Amino acid sequence: MGALNIVTYVFIGVGLFFNAVGSFGLNRFPDVYTRLHAATKCTTFGSMFLILAVIVQSASIWVMEGALSSQSVLSIHAIIALVVLLITNATSAHAIARAAHRSGEKPARAVVDDLEGKDIND
Amino acid sequence: MWLPAAIVMVVCMLACIARIFIGPGAPTRLAAFDTTNTLVVALMVVLAIMFEQVIFVDVAIVYALLSFIMTLYVARFIEGKKF
Amino acid sequence: MRFIVTAVVAYLLYLVLTIGSGTLLLWNEAELIIGAIFALVVAALVKNRYLKKSLRMLNPVRWFIWLIYLFLFFFAMAQANVDVAYRVITGRINPGIVKISPRLKNDMSLTLLANSITLTPGTLSVDVEEETNDMYIHWINVKPDVLKEMPRDYHPICNSFPDWARRIAG
Repeated sequence: MGALNIVTYVFIGVGLFFNAVGSFGLNRFPDVYTRLHAATKCTTFGSMFLILAVIVQSASIWVMEGALSSQSVLSIHAIIALVVLLITNATSAHAIARAAHRSGEKPARAVVDDLEGKDIND
Repeated sequence: MWLPAAIVMVVCMLACIARIFIGPGAPTRLAAFDTTNTLVVALMVVLAIMFEQVIFVDVAIVYALLSFIMTLYVARFIEGKKF
Repeated sequence: MRFIVTAVVAYLLYLVLTIGSGTLLLWNEAELIIGAIFALVVAALVKNRYLKKSLRMLNPVRWFIWLIYLFLFFFAMAQANVDVAYRVITGRINPGIVKISPRLKNDMSLTLLANSITLTPGTLSVDVEEETNDMYIHWINVKPDVLKEMPRDYHPICNSFPDWARRIAG
């Protein structure tokens, strides 16, 4: 139990650090694309570690209490929430970036822009 | 051990909400909103084990899926397309 | 065939969501019956959207390669996050949008590649050309030697992810 608690504390620490970096970078970077970099990657990674901490903790209680514990439902549903979060975050970041470029936002301080002036229809 | 984590998450969410209010342009606001949604899902899972309520995780799953669809539709709207 | 695959996937998802609800092998009888009915209804409604013509993703070899890929991908993702955290704290960025040609054929592998690119070091997929499957990628730290030639080399931008995507879903 002691070792599992230490693992849980480490996961919570890593998760909170990356969430804080993500929301700090959202306020610090100059334009929408770099903000999406900070927001998507860091908060996905941080939330992943927070949910992993919850899974470790509830699975340890599940093993201690036996198969019919209510914690089994919690840990399995937390795994589903983690998978949903990983899939949807990347896709919605792509959608926001595409919408931003098509609505005419220029990348700030860009050294190269291959997409400049192209009109892509689908 | 979960209460300090929840409080730090709320502080991160407040930083993102500040970006929703001040951010120039619709895509920036949408990005900040999407980040807030991610943090809400993680916070709900943490609250579920804190209060030992399994239903919070189900709410988190449904919230993640619905906010994802909302983000896609608003992005489509910002592009200026017909649906 | 498409109908059966869709129904089985929907039923498995329902069973995972309602685990621990009863005593009959972890499930309640009512949940099992209602789940089967809903799975059939869902399969009848969405089978043409869920699966296109080919069924090649049922091949277990592809799933095995996908599992190996997940491990590599997790390390790339951790590296990406340390890199972005460093850039957030120091504010040292050099961004730009570059075009790569991964030469992938179908939608499944493109989706996999775009999601991988978004979650790995310093890159974010912005747009896709439908006819040629070229991708436009926002890169937070552009290296100058990539910009010299016009069909850009994709190895410095996204490792060898296009090769993996071709192996998994190509």
